[in-house]
Amino acid sequence: MTEKELTIQSVLYRKKILQYIYQAKAGHTGGDLSCIDILNVLYNKVLRVSPETFNSPDRDRYVQSKGHCVEALYVVLASKGYFAEEDLNTICKYESHYIGHPTKKIKGIEQNTGALGHGLPICVGMAIAAKLDKKDYRVYTLLGDGELPEGSNWEAALTAAQYKLDNICVIIDKNQLQITGPTNEVCSTDPLPEKWESFGWAVREIDGNDIAALTAAFDALPFEKGKPSVIIANTIKGKGVSFMENQIKWHHGVPTEEQYHQAQHELDTVLQSLID
Amino acid sequence: MADQNIHTTSTSNQDIFSKTVEQLAATDTNIVVVTSDSRGSGKLVSFGQKFPDQHIEVGIAEQNLVGVAAGLASCGKKTFAVSPACFLTARSFEQIKNDVAYSNNPVTLVGISAGVSYGALGSTHHSLHDFAALRAVNNISIVVPADNFETAAAVAYAANCNTPVYLRFGKKAMPHLQETGKENFEFGKGRVITSGADIAIIACGETVAPALEAAKKLATQNIHATVISMHTIKPLDTNLLASVANTCKAVITIEEHSVYGGLGEACAAYLLQQGIHVAFKIMGIPDEYTVTGSQTEILNHYGISESGIVDAAVRLIQQKEK
Repeated sequence: MTEKELTIQSVLYRKKILQYIYQAKAGHTGGDLSCIDILNVLYNKVLRVSPETFNSPDRDRYVQSKGHCVEALYVVLASKGYFAEEDLNTICKYESHYIGHPTKKIKGIEQNTGALGHGLPICVGMAIAAKLDKKDYRVYTLLGDGELPEGSNWEAALTAAQYKLDNICVIIDKNQLQITGPTNEVCSTDPLPEKWESFGWAVREIDGNDIAALTAAFDALPFEKGKPSVIIANTIKGKGVSFMENQIKWHHGVPTEEQYHQAQHELDTVLQSLID
Repeated sequence: MADQNIHTTSTSNQDIFSKTVEQLAATDTNIVVVTSDSRGSGKLVSFGQKFPDQHIEVGIAEQNLVGVAAGLASCGKKTFAVSPACFLTARSFEQIKNDVAYSNNPVTLVGISAGVSYGALGSTHHSLHDFAALRAVNNISIVVPADNFETAAAVAYAANCNTPVYLRFGKKAMPHLQETGKENFEFGKGRVITSGADIAIIACGETVAPALEAAKKLATQNIHATVISMHTIKPLDTNLLASVANTCKAVITIEEHSVYGGLGEACAAYLLQQGIHVAFKIMGIPDEYTVTGSQTEILNHYGISESGIVDAAVRLIQQKEK
C-alpha cells in the first residue's frame, strides 16, 4: 500500500471502529483511535503474516498488550480477511467470541490479553524461541503508556536486553492519557527514551499518527544490531474526531447518536478530501 | 504391606526432576527450562551446563518467568518454568491465570521446595495456598508426586502434555513407596499403595510417606487402611475416591497445604454432592500463623506424622462407631 492508500485506510478504520463501538455500546474509543495508525501500518506494510500463514511457525507475531483497544484490532483483522466483517456485529453480545479484549478464539489473534503488562514478557519468550530455532520472524507488541508502570514490563525489558533480542519491537502508544487523567499526573514514566535506553534498548521517538514516520521506523528495524527496539509513538487519544481528541472521557466513552453522526461526518469530510 | 514397601533413598524429588529433564533434553532440543535465579534450588546447575541454549535465566522476576515461558511454549517449546512454589504461584499468579492457562500455552510450572519445605524460613517461603489458588483456575492440571518414581513419570507426562500443568514437590529425600517394577503412574488416576477395608487415607506429595507408616501402625491395632497417593489433584480421580468412600468406614485426606481449598476440600465437595456420606477428616495446615520449625517439626506439630495420622484415624473410626 502507498502512503496515501494507508492514510485513506486509517480513516476507513476509524469509521469502522466508531461504527462497531456505537453498535456494541462498548469499547475503548480514545485508545482505539490513537493506535489505529500503528496497527494500519503494521498489518498493511510490515507484518509477514496473513490468514493463510497464520499457523506457520515462521510468521511474524503481533501481541496487543493494551488489549482493551481490541476494536482497532478487530477492524484491521477483518479487513485482512481473517474473519468475515459481519462477525463484528456480535461484539460483546451473549456467547460471542468477540469480547472486549483479544482472545485466541478469533483467528489472527496470537495471545489472550487484557490484563496489562503481559504482552512484553510473552513476546520475549517468542523472540527467544526464534533465536533458538534460528528463525528470522519478528515479534511486535503494542503497549499503552498508561500500562508502563506495570513492573512486569521492566522485568521483560531487562531479559530482552540480556538476550540481545534484536528481533523484538515494542511500540508504545503514548497518548498521554489514562482512565484517571494525564499519565504524567497519575504515575510519570518520563523521560521515556532515557529509561528504555538505560535498560539496553535502541529507541526511536516518532509521531505515531503519521503513516510515513511509522513506515520509516518499522523499515529501520532493528535500530541497532544486538539490541531490542522500542518505538515511542506520540499519539493523540481520540485522534481523528475533533471532540474526542485529548479528552479523558473518551477513554471508554460511547458516542450518542448525535455524536456518532457528527464523528462519521468529520471522517467522511477527511476521506473526501483525501480522495479528491 | 506398607512395611515392605518403604525404602528410604537419599534422592529428593527435585533431584529426580532435574535428572529426568536432562534425559528428555538429551533427545529433544525443544525442551527448555526457564529459571528465576532458581537453578541451584531446582538442582538445574548441571542442566544449564549441559544444555546452555535450552536454559533461559530471567533473574529474580517471577512474573517475567511465567510470561516468557508462555511465549516459548506458544512457539512449540516444551517449557518448564521452575521457581519456588511460594513465589511461582503467588507473585506470578496473574501470568499463570492469563498467559498460561487462559491462553492455553502448555507450560509446565514447576513449584519447587513446596509446602513447608523451607521450614523455619517462615511463611513468605511456604506455599500453603497453591492448590486452592490453581484449583480455581480453568485449564491447568495440578500434579503432586509423592516419590521419585511418580516424579519422573509426572515430568515425562508434563513435557508432552498439550495443556498447562502445575507440578509441585519438595526437596526432602523421599522413600520408594512400592517395590521397583511394580509401580504404576497414570495422570489423573490415584495410585493405591496399599489396600485395607477400614479406612482410606488419601494423601499427596510428601505426606504419603507418613500415611504409609501410619497404615503399618494401624494394622497392629487391627485397623486396615487403604493408602492412596492422589498425585493428580486436578482433575481428581473421583471414581477411585467414590469407590474407597463407599467401601471404607472413614476417609482421611492429608496434604502439605492449608486445610482450605486443597485436596481435602476437593474430595469433600465431590463426596457430598454425590450423596456419599462417610466419616471424613481433612488433615493439613490450619488457618493460623504457622508454627516455627523445620519441615518435619511443622508437619509433626499439625499431626502430619505417623502418630498424628494414627490418632486421627482411630478417633474417626471410634466416632463413626458411636
